[in-house]
Amino acid sequence: MDRFVFLTVDGLSRGAVYAAFALALVLIWRAARVVNFAQGAMAVAAAYVAYSVSAATGSYWLGFVVAIVAGLLLGALVDRVVMRHVDHASPLNPVIVALGLVLVFQAVLGMVYGNEFRPADVPFSRSALTVGGVAVLSPYDLFVFAAIGVVVSALAWMFARTGVGLRMRAAAFAPEVSRLLGVNVGGMLTLGWALASGVGALAAMLVIPTELGLHPHAMDLVFVSAFTAAVVGGLDSPPGAVVGGLVVGLLLSYVSGYAGSDLTPLAVLVLLLAVLLVRPGGLFAPVAARRV
Amino acid sequence: MSAPDLLVVRGLVAGYGATPVLRAVDLTVPAGTIAAVVGANGAGKTTLLRALSGMIRPAAGQVLLAGEDLRGTPVEQLVRRGMAHVPEGRGVISELTVDENLRLGGLWRRDRADAGRALDEVYELFEPLARRRRHLGHQLSGGERQMLALGRALVGRPRLLLLDEPSLGLAPRVVARTMALLRQLRDRTGLTVLLVEQNVRSALAVADQGVVMSLGRVVVAAPAATLRDDDDLRHAYLGF
Repeated sequence: MDRFVFLTVDGLSRGAVYAAFALALVLIWRAARVVNFAQGAMAVAAAYVAYSVSAATGSYWLGFVVAIVAGLLLGALVDRVVMRHVDHASPLNPVIVALGLVLVFQAVLGMVYGNEFRPADVPFSRSALTVGGVAVLSPYDLFVFAAIGVVVSALAWMFARTGVGLRMRAAAFAPEVSRLLGVNVGGMLTLGWALASGVGALAAMLVIPTELGLHPHAMDLVFVSAFTAAVVGGLDSPPGAVVGGLVVGLLLSYVSGYAGSDLTPLAVLVLLLAVLLVRPGGLFAPVAARRV
Repeated sequence: MSAPDLLVVRGLVAGYGATPVLRAVDLTVPAGTIAAVVGANGAGKTTLLRALSGMIRPAAGQVLLAGEDLRGTPVEQLVRRGMAHVPEGRGVISELTVDENLRLGGLWRRDRADAGRALDEVYELFEPLARRRRHLGHQLSGGERQMLALGRALVGRPRLLLLDEPSLGLAPRVVARTMALLRQLRDRTGLTVLLVEQNVRSALAVADQGVVMSLGRVVVAAPAATLRDDDDLRHAYLGF
């Protein structure tokens, strides 16, 4: 029972990170109809910037804030400098360009920082607090839940309640009509890329210290898990991405705890395959809207 | 009654690719009047509206709105100049609610208080929409979508309203109501309307000016009543 509680909490904590990363994928998919395969590499780049800042100043929090800002800027930059100029007539084009970006980012990071694991700091202890003799949550887990909870709620509020959020949704659903209504569609697209990349940077900052450390490939496996989470939730659904992330996190935690951690990459791919075969639209696929 | 011309189009050439659909269109619409552009399929009516609102770039010619040249103005800036374009098929965003669609029409405005008032007025004008604020666009009937598209344009308090085929796919009763509403808006708020229609009878019934297009040119521009009553003109250009 103790083990089950531990695995569940650990799975949820990891799942929260997948949820955030999946949400970032969904944001870009909805806005630009692109699966941003470069998101992992972009997030790692932001984390390296944080690493440099923290190493120079000795402040974790300064590095943390800089990572988010770097993520936002990098997202806007990738949209304006690269993705905007890709011909989207074939859906394969942006995918190939994104994969190319992965190679570029990872090569540059490897040249600048070296292809070795660097230990990444945590701001709070990772040893679990015990409640009634059962080890449950670590302060760091609480920090992860709080950070992602705040960001996800803020995004949900922004999309549902603010003028900017309404503009962003309108621009994604009907770009031409939105322009006729005075919406700067290009600007909304850039904003979507920036927000997604900022969320990705946050996820990287939270998850990298819990794994092997900072490395140009540090987010590769997280990306696969988050992509699976996004597909489980249906690429078009932000709440689906969050639920999908938690589901994938729990599944991986149970598989690794009860069957062995070697099996987790396999488990992710089996889940991805199963969802694509059985419900390609995702578990949260909306009923197809009648279009007139 | 010589109102100043709100819209002046001179020698407008536009199209898709190399072949122009519009070949030197000239047109003037006085402020506070309704102009109906009629003509056969492929005459260039929809292309005219798309060229006016900048959705396709004219190859040549001039578009003046209240004396200001619109050349090079990005599409998303035109609402700020007072032009609203309700596209063919009406462009209701199915995934958004009625209220969100309407609010979107006024989001660009600096004067938030007046944008709120304009929204309330639209709900008063189209009472069925007020009862369906939280419904999604795709849950509406054709007539309600028409109201929504029109209402969304009006929330921006335009000076010039471009309407593409407002009667398309609607019951005659709904068409009649829409046309009556346009007159009412013209009389009450001084709204200027440029209307493109297949439904020639109802368009000429509501319009002050009738503009007949054929093969990318304006062949006749005359008071709508003249077009309605002149059998020769009607036979020659409108086929009834």
